[in-house]
Amino acid sequence: MDNPKMEVSIVQLRGITKRFPGLVANDSINLEVTRGEIHAIVGENGAGKSTLMKILTGLYQPDGGEIYLNGTRVEISGPRQAIGLGIGMVHQHFMLIPRFTVLENIILGSEPARRGVLKDKEARGLVEELCRRYDFKLESQVRVWDLSVGQQQRVEILKVLYRGAEILILDEPTAVLAPQEVRELFVNLRNLKGQGKTIIFISHKLDEVLEIADRISVLRRGRMVGTVMAKETDKRQLSEMMVGRPVFLKTEKSQPRVGEERLKVKDLTVLGNLGRPAVRQVNLTILAGEIYGIAGIEGNGQSELIEALMGLRKILSGQVLIKGQLTSDKSVQEIRALGVGYVPEDRHRRGLILPMMVWENAVLGLHRLRDFSRPTGLNFKNIFAHTNRLVREFDIRLGSVDLPVRNLSGGNQQKVILAREMSRDPGLIIASQPTRGLDIGATEFVHQQLIKAREQGRAVLVVSADLEEVLSLSDRVGVIYNGEIVAEFRPEEVTPEEIGHYMLGTKSLLREGVGA
Amino acid sequence: MFLSELLASAIRMSIPILLAALGAVYSERGGVVNIGLEGMMITGSFWGAVGSYYYGPFGGMILAIVAACLMALIHAIVAVTFRVDQIVSGVALNILAYGAARFASIALFQKATMSPHVDGFTPWNIPLLDQITFLKPLVTNLSPIIILAFLLVPLTHWVIQRTVFGLRLRSVGENPLAADTLGIKVYPLRYSGVLISGVLAGLAGAYLAVEHTGMYVEGMTQGKGYIALAAMIFGNWSPVGAMGAALLFGFAESLSFRVVEGGAIPYQFIKMIPYVLTLVVLAGVLRRTTPPAADGIPYERGGE
Ligand SMILES: Nc1ncnc2c1ncn2[C@@H]1O[C@H](COP(=O)(O)OP(=O)(O)OP(=O)(O)O)[C@@H](O)[C@H]1O
Ligand SMILES: [Mg+2]
Repeated sequence: MDNPKMEVSIVQLRGITKRFPGLVANDSINLEVTRGEIHAIVGENGAGKSTLMKILTGLYQPDGGEIYLNGTRVEISGPRQAIGLGIGMVHQHFMLIPRFTVLENIILGSEPARRGVLKDKEARGLVEELCRRYDFKLESQVRVWDLSVGQQQRVEILKVLYRGAEILILDEPTAVLAPQEVRELFVNLRNLKGQGKTIIFISHKLDEVLEIADRISVLRRGRMVGTVMAKETDKRQLSEMMVGRPVFLKTEKSQPRVGEERLKVKDLTVLGNLGRPAVRQVNLTILAGEIYGIAGIEGNGQSELIEALMGLRKILSGQVLIKGQLTSDKSVQEIRALGVGYVPEDRHRRGLILPMMVWENAVLGLHRLRDFSRPTGLNFKNIFAHTNRLVREFDIRLGSVDLPVRNLSGGNQQKVILAREMSRDPGLIIASQPTRGLDIGATEFVHQQLIKAREQGRAVLVVSADLEEVLSLSDRVGVIYNGEIVAEFRPEEVTPEEIGHYMLGTKSLLREGVGA
Repeated sequence: MFLSELLASAIRMSIPILLAALGAVYSERGGVVNIGLEGMMITGSFWGAVGSYYYGPFGGMILAIVAACLMALIHAIVAVTFRVDQIVSGVALNILAYGAARFASIALFQKATMSPHVDGFTPWNIPLLDQITFLKPLVTNLSPIIILAFLLVPLTHWVIQRTVFGLRLRSVGENPLAADTLGIKVYPLRYSGVLISGVLAGLAGAYLAVEHTGMYVEGMTQGKGYIALAAMIFGNWSPVGAMGAALLFGFAESLSFRVVEGGAIPYQFIKMIPYVLTLVVLAGVLRRTTPPAADGIPYERGGE
């Protein structure tokens, strides 16, 4: 194909096929990765990217096809063998042990030891040497639960480097990072490439892919569409290859037509898990028919703010009014009954019950409604009809609605939540990281849904670590830093760089009392 | 004098709790809740007495450990390999242990509820210290098992914190999936955690029968296995913490004996002290402790 014969393919996949009940996740896939390149793999949610990588790391066994490393055929029976062959994976969901120190996390499984006793000094030396060589800034004695997301990711990368990986697989490494952290990661990746490592990089953000990758392979519904040079392609071509049809990359919206106050937050202070204020004196007003975006680096109080709005976290002082009603004495259910749709940031812990079926998740919390229940139990006929309607309307890709929601790809899981929350005719939608981990098709879809909601006169609050998303969606943007809304803008008034300064706390406009 | 005697008795009372609690540390740090400690202790107390009766105290300890380990093995097979709810498996074990001890007791001693008297180890005195009058009750007439139990505290700490085995054991108790992807064998580690808890719970039972009482009596563990579990939780899953908690419970128990001797309050109430203390402590403390993240959760490989 387009791989020059001169270069050695460090990885070669031939005809890899993997079937799951009801679908083919990988359909005779061919892929060649050249030594020392950054090779990106893109594709819609459920295209089979993670599955392919799990095959390469031995977590799954393929139903057909062959794997060659440096020209020799190999069977990869498990992660341990994969790492023995020099293949290391940084997972989409971190595989770290929060209670362990950085050092313990890194050495776990191949500890320097004499007769079963850990050699602490030697271990520390090895890890510090690694940090120096690849210019990673980390302290080895800190516990992982004290680290930021970006730092945790560095630990994951060090883990595989420590094991002598030559090929690093990063599955959506940037989905959880702030713009500055992404830049740092890219510096690290270029360093690694400079030292001869090969990197396979999965992402939904095409700008990033175009920036960092040498070559890009596109998967669509389990099939390999092709491999292109990053220099010779652009966003439009890539997204067409991914989706199979032209994609609108710009979100179109009309002028807002605002109505009455749907959400009012007055001097809200909320404690975080450590007992210190995580939200400080926040003031917000959101009107019907507008989208309000909160931008900020993760861990600056966004989660606590949303939890307080939903009644999941106690309010220390201040007030929250939804549709003019005080929420302080209301339960979560009562708050939701005011007409609040909630898309939580952690879909696995809050949004879904993973082992339960798709149809069960589709009516979660709504199962008491007249339509879905009978005096004797559930009204299965209506529930299934409802679920099937949502599946159609939201284009949820799945084998069957009678499967655990765990089996859906991330994007499709998010669609299940969104569909459920939108089906309640909410006057206020609170969406936290609504497109994290979603492909461009699905992201476009979610954005359209949120804009549609706004057009229908709903009030929408969007919290996102993706600055571009916040700016393109919102009518007004508040920047949160260290629990405070430090600035408020209309998106057309500012540049992303300027907002970035506020996000990092290097600039602050409003210290107290934020006007609308 | 009264105080040091009270303390001496508290230490003796705390030993079975301490040993079993240390066992629980191994089991739970590896991610397996072991409510079957009580059953393993019952088994240990009976077979400890049997072994001691036929082969002397050392034989008693060995037999108790082997028997309790068999119980632990059942727990591991059921709860780890077959991923049955760990509480259910443990409770089943406790019932089984009770019945099995009764059955074996009838078969061996022709009596369901007690064994003949058995001999313990020759007690030790700590030289020099036993010359001090005040310390005398604390440092004389000590069972070697008491000394062993206290030595096991730093040893356990060291094993859990500083050895490869300990690190890996903790990792399968925190995040077995992560451990698995690093090539760590989750099941063998969880088995070893449970088996070690069997060894220690067996020893705890044997101490109770052979060293403390001098015979096996049905029901002699009096829920000490559960108290040991509570002590381990109170001690925040750490050996040193578990020791502190075990001493506290031991103190409560020995205090209850003293007060019974006084006789002002109906003794049934006094006997409740250790159990009420357990409840109070757990209710008050549970919220602040942090169990291993995957404690009590069976591990199953994803994918295939
Ligand atoms: N263990 C499993 N059992 C059944 N189906 C599965 C399993 N794992 C993945 N699938 C299905 O295989 C398909 C491919 O999933 P995969 O996770 O590889 O997608 P992906 O390209 O990584 O998507 P995303 O971008 O959302 O991460 C999806 O339709 C998914 O539902
Ligand atoms: Mg994926």
